[in-house]
Amino acid sequence: MRLSYPANIKIIQVPCTGRVDIIHLMSALEDGADGVYVAGCLEGECHYLEGNYKAKRKVAYVKNVLTELGIEPERVAMYNLSSAQGARFAEIANDMVKQIRDLGPTPVR
Amino acid sequence: MIVADRKSLEEILGMVADREKILILGCKGCVTVCNVGGLKEAEILASTVRIARKKEGKPVEVAHRVLERQCDNEYVTQLADTVADYDAVVSMACGVGPQFLSEMYPDQVFFPAVNTTFFGGAVQHGVWEERCAGCGACGIHLFGGLCPIARCAKSLLHGPCGGSANGICEVHKDTACIWDAIVKKKMDTGHLEDLVAVKPFKDWRTARDGGPRRSIREELVKGNI
Ligand code: SF4
Ligand code: SF4
Repeated sequence: MRLSYPANIKIIQVPCTGRVDIIHLMSALEDGADGVYVAGCLEGECHYLEGNYKAKRKVAYVKNVLTELGIEPERVAMYNLSSAQGARFAEIANDMVKQIRDLGPTPVR
Repeated sequence: MIVADRKSLEEILGMVADREKILILGCKGCVTVCNVGGLKEAEILASTVRIARKKEGKPVEVAHRVLERQCDNEYVTQLADTVADYDAVVSMACGVGPQFLSEMYPDQVFFPAVNTTFFGGAVQHGVWEERCAGCGACGIHLFGGLCPIARCAKSLLHGPCGGSANGICEVHKDTACIWDAIVKKKMDTGHLEDLVAVKPFKDWRTARDGGPRRSIREELVKGNI
């Protein structure tokens, strides 16, 4: 499958989205990322049972922090897809990039 | 354990608004257990403060660290070498922590990042409830193991007030009337008559009413046993 997704996305691989911590999302934002999103497995299909649900709650936590700081919470997002959905992966990447472009650059510089 | 809630970001940011080098100091005791002021929370708060200040165009240096306990001078001394490197320290411990810190390091300013609320425990993940008010003369065995001093809004000792309705306290619709629970438990266990006994007046001097308290263990004062 030769699918293209935006080149300005930096992918960080983790064994399971349950490994993603609040501080990882925060650090990316602190270092000037315009947005961060977590791409986890489909709900109910986590190999470790609830890693993706935990990630979802962490994303929600960071959204709250951003709101409190007066920063658009949409800069952080959680998506769910299976590893077989390559086309969906590219689509999500494009959606996220569009969303962030609409918001403009991060106010954290 | 001692339970606390994190102060709002607005309040914390306001406290350190004019500071340029801050230490956020967590505690591995109660506040770690109630997920408010341990290493993880200190790290997140440090990052949050940096983000907020970057956004304002007033970047700040924020370090974070955690002590074993902030209510113990043995661990508070571990800050001796570095405490002067910061223009403010934000303590995430209960109210005891910043006081021990302030007493040991009078030249530094320590801001509390949490509001200390009560002695209690978690009744479900993420929900803590008050259980003890530290009255200094425990008598829970007289009430079926349920403390009316901490858990009745009026600290009544001889039965419910007239506001008890369907097990709910008149003071708040989300609060159980502990006297309803005490009476039910006594009925269920066949010991209702226990509650008829007139209890002597409670001597509140052992509680906060007697002023700040002190606990002295003579044998320990003399040395380790
Ligand atoms: S009787 Fe006093 S010491 Fe015992 S649980 Fe109640 S408040 Fe705490
Ligand atoms: S309703 Fe129950 S818990 Fe509330 S004040 Fe009255 S006796 Fe105490």
